[in-house]
Amino acid sequence: MTAQLEYPDIDDDNALLSIQGLWKVFGPKAQRVPRRPELAALDRAALAAKTGCTAAVRDLSFNVAPGEVFVVMGLSGSGKSTLVRCLTRLIEPTAGSLIFEGEDLRAADEKRLRELRRSKFSMVFQHFGLLPHRKVLDNVSYGLEVRGESKPDRRRRAQEVIDLVGLAGNEHRYPDQLSGGMQQRVGLARALANDPDVLLFDEPFSALDPLIRREMQNEVVRLHREVGKTMVFVTHDLSEALKLGDRILLMRDGAAIQLGTGDELVGAPADDYVRDFVRDVPRADVLTLRWIARAPRDGELLDGPELGPDLLVREATRLVLESDRPVKVVDGGQLLGVISPEEILAVVADPADSHWSAQSSVRPTD
Amino acid sequence: MAAITSDVHVEVRRPRRSVVIGVLLVVWVAAYFVLSGIDTLPLGGQETTGFHRWLTENRDFVGQGNIVFDTIRSVVDQLVVLLQSLVSQPSYGRPVPVVGWLGVVAISAYLAWAFGNWKVAVLTAAGLAFVGLQGLWQESMDTLALTIAAVLLSLLIAIPLGIWAGLSNRAFKVATLILDLMQTLPTFVYLAPLTLFFAIGPAAATIATLIYAAPPAVRLTAHAIRSVPPESVEASRSLGSTRGQTLTKVLLPMSRSTVVVGINQTIMAALSMVTVAALIDAPGLGQTVLKALQTLDVGVAFNAGLAIVVIAIVLDRVTTAAGDRPWRTASVRRKVLLGAGAIGVLVAIWFSRTYVWAAEFPSSIGVGSRIAVIAADVTTWVQDVFGGFTYGVRDAVTKGVLNPLEALLTGSPWWLVGAVVVTLAAILGRWKAAVPAVVCIGLLVATGVWQDSMVTLASTLLATVVVVAVGLTLGVWAGRNRRVDLVIRPILDAGQTMPPFVYLVPFLALFGTSRFTAIAAAVVYAVPVTTKIVADGIKAVPLATVEAANSVGSSSWQVISKVQLPVARRAITLAVNQGLIYVLAMVVVGGLVGAGALGYDVAAGFAQSELYGKGLAAGLAIVLLGVLLDRITQAAAPKPHGKGDKQ
Amino acid sequence: MKKLRYATAQWAIGLTAAALALAGCGGAKVGDEQKPAAGGKECGSFNLTVSPWVGYEANAAVVAYVATKDLGCKVVKKNLKEEIAWQGFGTGEVDVNLENWGHEDLKKKYIETDKVAVEAGSTGVNGVIGWYVPPWMAAKYPDITDSKNLNKYADLFKTSESGGKGQLLDGDPSYVTNDEALVKNLGLNYKVVQSGSETALIQAFRDAEKTKKPLLAYFYEPQWFFNELKLVKINLPAYKAGCDADPAKIACDYPPYDLDKIVSKKFADAGGPAYDLVKNFKWTNEDQNAVARMIAVDKLTPDAAAEKWVNANRAKVDTWLGK
Repeated sequence: MTAQLEYPDIDDDNALLSIQGLWKVFGPKAQRVPRRPELAALDRAALAAKTGCTAAVRDLSFNVAPGEVFVVMGLSGSGKSTLVRCLTRLIEPTAGSLIFEGEDLRAADEKRLRELRRSKFSMVFQHFGLLPHRKVLDNVSYGLEVRGESKPDRRRRAQEVIDLVGLAGNEHRYPDQLSGGMQQRVGLARALANDPDVLLFDEPFSALDPLIRREMQNEVVRLHREVGKTMVFVTHDLSEALKLGDRILLMRDGAAIQLGTGDELVGAPADDYVRDFVRDVPRADVLTLRWIARAPRDGELLDGPELGPDLLVREATRLVLESDRPVKVVDGGQLLGVISPEEILAVVADPADSHWSAQSSVRPTD
Repeated sequence: MAAITSDVHVEVRRPRRSVVIGVLLVVWVAAYFVLSGIDTLPLGGQETTGFHRWLTENRDFVGQGNIVFDTIRSVVDQLVVLLQSLVSQPSYGRPVPVVGWLGVVAISAYLAWAFGNWKVAVLTAAGLAFVGLQGLWQESMDTLALTIAAVLLSLLIAIPLGIWAGLSNRAFKVATLILDLMQTLPTFVYLAPLTLFFAIGPAAATIATLIYAAPPAVRLTAHAIRSVPPESVEASRSLGSTRGQTLTKVLLPMSRSTVVVGINQTIMAALSMVTVAALIDAPGLGQTVLKALQTLDVGVAFNAGLAIVVIAIVLDRVTTAAGDRPWRTASVRRKVLLGAGAIGVLVAIWFSRTYVWAAEFPSSIGVGSRIAVIAADVTTWVQDVFGGFTYGVRDAVTKGVLNPLEALLTGSPWWLVGAVVVTLAAILGRWKAAVPAVVCIGLLVATGVWQDSMVTLASTLLATVVVVAVGLTLGVWAGRNRRVDLVIRPILDAGQTMPPFVYLVPFLALFGTSRFTAIAAAVVYAVPVTTKIVADGIKAVPLATVEAANSVGSSSWQVISKVQLPVARRAITLAVNQGLIYVLAMVVVGGLVGAGALGYDVAAGFAQSELYGKGLAAGLAIVLLGVLLDRITQAAAPKPHGKGDKQ
Repeated sequence: MKKLRYATAQWAIGLTAAALALAGCGGAKVGDEQKPAAGGKECGSFNLTVSPWVGYEANAAVVAYVATKDLGCKVVKKNLKEEIAWQGFGTGEVDVNLENWGHEDLKKKYIETDKVAVEAGSTGVNGVIGWYVPPWMAAKYPDITDSKNLNKYADLFKTSESGGKGQLLDGDPSYVTNDEALVKNLGLNYKVVQSGSETALIQAFRDAEKTKKPLLAYFYEPQWFFNELKLVKINLPAYKAGCDADPAKIACDYPPYDLDKIVSKKFADAGGPAYDLVKNFKWTNEDQNAVARMIAVDKLTPDAAAEKWVNANRAKVDTWLGK
């Protein structure tokens, strides 16, 4: 596992949160696993058999940019929930570094850590983690209460976020009187109440009905637009990841498989696992023209309509199919390639077909 | 993948395991015929070993006059006297308690209403009025005062300990060990020595009760803290709470209802213990029961026992209702009503301090004596009708099952029994069960009461088997059928809280003085708790699972045996375990009706100072038997698949 | 449902208030009645242990009654087993024991070694310990009362507990017993089975007489149960002084017990009318049985039984009071 996967990342200098060589190993004498290369190289089953340890997070490095929605995705057991808890040391990492705004979080003492949790980070939980013995208002103001704000101040602030997440009118109800979606709004409000710089989401919507889930996803999109917080969002739902994520980190067995934007994951899967993972995604909704443009063939007429490379395939479908000439993909006056109906149909009509990406001649990463 | 391989593993191992156990037993029986009578370590009734004499001599090594014990004693005594002067005894120069019966009924009903609901408030008032009508008001109030004192002190100690055990794994392990000891050590063992430290009377009685009653509160508090959803704790931590804030604002409030269950069990245990503590002059209903026993007055004993049952049921229902109360703060309307109620209570208290009719319960009605007469008549009728038949049952069971089993255990050399037990433990639970088995056997030999232990073990095994059989049958029945549950619950409650002393006399009449009588008494005592746990376990099986089984056309028996029992496995293991502890708790009482052996040794140690050491050793032997059987049953119970999840 | 609930509660409160208001109009007030003569100045208060048998309770009832009514003492009764009562002399929890059965070892410890208790003379009651059979057996097998003939009848006494031998049933573990040694040294084909309690013994005798079951058991007099059933004593080889010196070699009957009174040293040293009463208290087996019968059979409270007996035996009581 020492061979760290190569993937594009933002510069350390621009990062709000920088993670380097992060490990979390559960089990007896866990520290030795990251330290000893021969143990670190073992896969999950072999490690468990040899040491009794489980590596939930293994050697992860990535940066999160300010204002970004950074999605961590993987199946259950991939270590993504452990990872997000390691970020604020709710779970103590075994090895690696965590740098937030230039400060080494792993060096922070209890008190400093509490300060950071009180003002810089907030978390939203899968099963909400609400306090059933407190009213909505008191749940939302809990974070303000523990950091010692006066009652009128926390009332006022709590009311603001309750209004923001659309819970107005429910202040004096108890969590068990609310639907699941409403409960998660309380969780969201609680996280927003202490005005953090970074919001951490641990599969926040996976316990909700599909309709409510979509509504809540839209809510997150809206909040991101309105309050502009940096978000680290854990999910096992690919469509959720594609919908929300500026960038997506795909994890498997604790390790990173691929990091990139949604269309990169779909358009250029790093390996068969990722390819399999994204197989059922409606590509037309994710891929842009950049991904399907090909070099013009000899003798092809290049006087067709022009389109930008970042237009989604779905949006271009009608035009391409109706045009009797190949459509040109142009970026800043430069011709990237052309698209004819066969490329469109390859994406739209046969989503399971996976060899098309190999054919495509113009790839941004090339 | 892991589950599949372990399934395969089990498939291969299971038949072999039972074959091995079968072979082991056959070898044992064969060896018994050859070796019987060798190294059986007998010890006569009045005989003692050096170890026993050493214990006797060192009995009062701390003794009295110790400032710590004196302080504890006077504080506890004052607490009890204070409570007694409030509700039961003439006080402060007045011929009546501070609060008369009307006041007590009003306060109790009001508290039941405020913490529970109006239904339990009505029940409370009715229950208290009933014990008053029984002619047992003062005795009941003495019992109540002592119970409250013991419960308050128990909780003062138990809840912090429980929190500690809830937060720390190491504390949890240590606590579990000590609590097991506290609960299995027969009360008689520490009842007499406690009087040396804390003198005769309420203080020693309260502390004996505390020892017996605190464990459930510790256990359930720890359990409650441990079962708070981790996400709520994480949420609290993620918002920057200190440990203290997380404890007071999240863990404790969210543990409330489970802690209340612990308090409930502590109250029940305390109530049963203050009856036994009558042996060291604890005031109250226990005295009435013991007095009645001297003259074999079943009626009077039953009347007093019934009062205890009524008080127990009231306390149980009120605390249960308090635990079930939802989080909501009271509505304005309820607040107003509570305020009005409080004024009513004050008025009632004033009346009870002013007028004789409200201070002293009118005693002329004589419900109690009528209950006593009816109970006595019913007992006589049962004895007359079943008398001959029951002796036949006794003799058949004794000759057919008990005597052979006892002969095998007592007649085999101790090392043979030890080897068989350790091998059995090793087969069932490998070294994790075998090591404790070796230690227990070794210590049992060291106690010097090996043969008595084997006699008691034979009776205990038989009683436990019967308890589990009856408990499973009733429990499954009640767990599957709401109506049955509704009918048998109150009977089980009564069976659990009725002091065993009360039914000893009828049992003696039915079965004579014999080991069988002791077994029968133990079964009656242990079946209720076993049944309840099984019923709750069966009820907790998810409906969907049962429906799935029904949807593929399973018969009732298939649903029970293939779905409900396996799914409720943990509850059943617990039921067997608790059944065993309850049977062991009755060993000493069994000694009072002819079981002899360890029970008699303990009772004799309580009564005769020369035998104190032997009694203590016998008490320890009971604990060792408990630990041994517990480990083996735990090992025999099937383990859940998969070794715990990540995180 | 909610409405109903409040309505019910209101209704209940209203009703209670009304009832209280009505009842409050009349009735005797607390303190109107005479105070009991507790806490008299010259006598003070003393702690009296009450051992768990009815004969003792008769002693205690009468002494407490006389002490309270005639001397104005306050008597605190403590229900204790004998051993624990002895401990109580040391801790100050017990001042008076009215009926002590031997217990030479305890006398030695608490009177001679610890010096916390002193003897206060005979109770006047003679204690008898021995082996008894129910009356029907004595009638049917007249020679059974001689211990030499017991082996002849051993088969009769076989039970599920006696392992093929005859059963000799013993009682409460706190009672003095030499039975295992006796069985061995007299060469009897019997096994001592522990019933474990007095209750079990009495129930066994009751049942044996009623259903004509054979029973041989350890028992003692005075005991209220003799009012119900005249048990017949087996004659063991006669007691001679010193024949019970070595517990392992005993082959003779139990000695006759002159039951005596023990008081705490503190109580004796303080003197006072209560101590004099306890020291002078002396009555007979018949007296004790009479009171015990009233308590056990007639179901009188101890106090009522004592009152009845004292009124009928004023002269005897007066001698205790030194009148």
